[in-house]
Amino acid sequence: MATERVERVELAELEQGLDALQVARPVSEHPALRLARALGPRLGGVLAVILVWQLVVALHVKPTYALPAPADVWASLVQQARAGHLGEAIFNSLQRAAVGYTAALVIGTLVGVAVARLRVLRTGVGSLLAALLSLPSVTWVPIGILWFGLSPTTIYFVVILGAFPSIARGVISAVDQIDPLILRLARSLGARGPDLYRHFLLPAALPGYLSGMQQAWAFSWRSLMAAELIAISPQLGLGLGGLLDSGRQLADMPLALAAMVGILAVGLLVDEALFRPLERGVLRRRGLAT
Amino acid sequence: MTVPQAIAEGHRLNVALAPAVRLDEVTKVHGTGRHAVPALDRVSLEVAAGEFLCVVGASGCGKSTLLSLIAGLDRPTSGELEVGLGRPALMFQEPALLPWLTVRQNVELPLRLDRAGPQERRQTVDRLLSTVHLLAFAEKRPHELSGGMRQRVSLARALAQDARLLLMDEPFGALDAITRDILHEDLQEIWSSSGLTIVFVTHNVREAVRLGDRVVLLSSRPGTVADSWVIDIPRPRTLDSPSVAATASQITERLRWEIRRHGN
Repeated sequence: MATERVERVELAELEQGLDALQVARPVSEHPALRLARALGPRLGGVLAVILVWQLVVALHVKPTYALPAPADVWASLVQQARAGHLGEAIFNSLQRAAVGYTAALVIGTLVGVAVARLRVLRTGVGSLLAALLSLPSVTWVPIGILWFGLSPTTIYFVVILGAFPSIARGVISAVDQIDPLILRLARSLGARGPDLYRHFLLPAALPGYLSGMQQAWAFSWRSLMAAELIAISPQLGLGLGGLLDSGRQLADMPLALAAMVGILAVGLLVDEALFRPLERGVLRRRGLAT
Repeated sequence: MTVPQAIAEGHRLNVALAPAVRLDEVTKVHGTGRHAVPALDRVSLEVAAGEFLCVVGASGCGKSTLLSLIAGLDRPTSGELEVGLGRPALMFQEPALLPWLTVRQNVELPLRLDRAGPQERRQTVDRLLSTVHLLAFAEKRPHELSGGMRQRVSLARALAQDARLLLMDEPFGALDAITRDILHEDLQEIWSSSGLTIVFVTHNVREAVRLGDRVVLLSSRPGTVADSWVIDIPRPRTLDSPSVAATASQITERLRWEIRRHGN
């Protein structure tokens, strides 16, 4: 009996030792270092593009009115900002994107859940969504203008049709990719109805849903620019796409490029500041990202 | 005699009274028509209340199907199946922890589904995590733990279901020898102090002899009960004690004979 006790104590110590050895230790990093690691490569990329651009300008491949130097574009950007046009355009575009994206999120989620749940809808609606996904959203602009005129509704219409298929596809693949073991577990624990959704299906589908959301943002921003480039009228107010078009009309290349820089920057910023941290946070908590 | 042993003896007295699980000529066929694959063929088996039953067999013997049937995740094609102890808890070969929850929240899940209050949940989870010696890791997430620790969390979650029947589907198959030894000891202690009925499926004969009151050998394709041994080696047992080794080699011999049969 005594030896048995000794053995048990030994085993308990062994267990504790193993546990201590096998637990992943968090690696901490100085915040400044982490920031540098995140920003460094990104800034480097931008810098490289500007350098190549400047090089091409210096080689006089194109006359400067067709290919202005980075400094000229920067000057135009600053000028537009001072005049208040840039701020107004960014504000209008972001506001439209936000409204259109939110509507697409709601519609896409509903469609996605319906298709994922109802087998009857699967093949038909599924392939329709794939077709919609590959359809350039600019093709919706003429229909939008004929139906809704040059109104904000036209722009929302184009953004929604451009973005909701990504959301719906995200939901469907997220549901399809739920680990069957999780479903078995839920069944063996007797989870049903709202419990099944709340504790198992929704959290399990979250990463796929988030990547659908992220992709849909890119689609809605692209759709918005297509709509803004074509649907231009004074009562609509100036957007970034409109700013780009006024550069074209005035044959003001620095302005056109400045507008493009603005479009790129805003699209990227929303992605980097909103969607990426969201997705990374979720994945990190599950041990799927560092 | 230690207290756990006395309790274990106590269960054994109940054995004859009420079988916890009874299978009578249970047959399970997967698929239909020409693609039908018989998984279990007229399996008759009784598990006594408080018994630790180990089921061994080669691949394709329908061990997992057997557990799915007892767990109620699947229905027999024919035959009769009775489970007298309420909904059983099921433990898989993989820990099957939810990666978005902490260790505590994972163990708590069955209690949440049963609408237990926060205080009861906290107390129960603390108790169960101490049972599997993981209380210090309650706020960690599964990916931060080793395979053996995850399986212990999984065991704690199964215990949180407060079921009287625990079904285990090769739960320690993927673990290294030392970790498995520790888990055998943990499980042994939980069983002898709780009055649980356990059906433990494994392909490891020694493990079966180390743990079980009885070892049932299933033959393969389709699974039928080939033989059964009562293990009366006194506890505590160890994996490499001579008596465990001797009984295991006897059962292994029979298992080999079963496997050879399929080669011809």
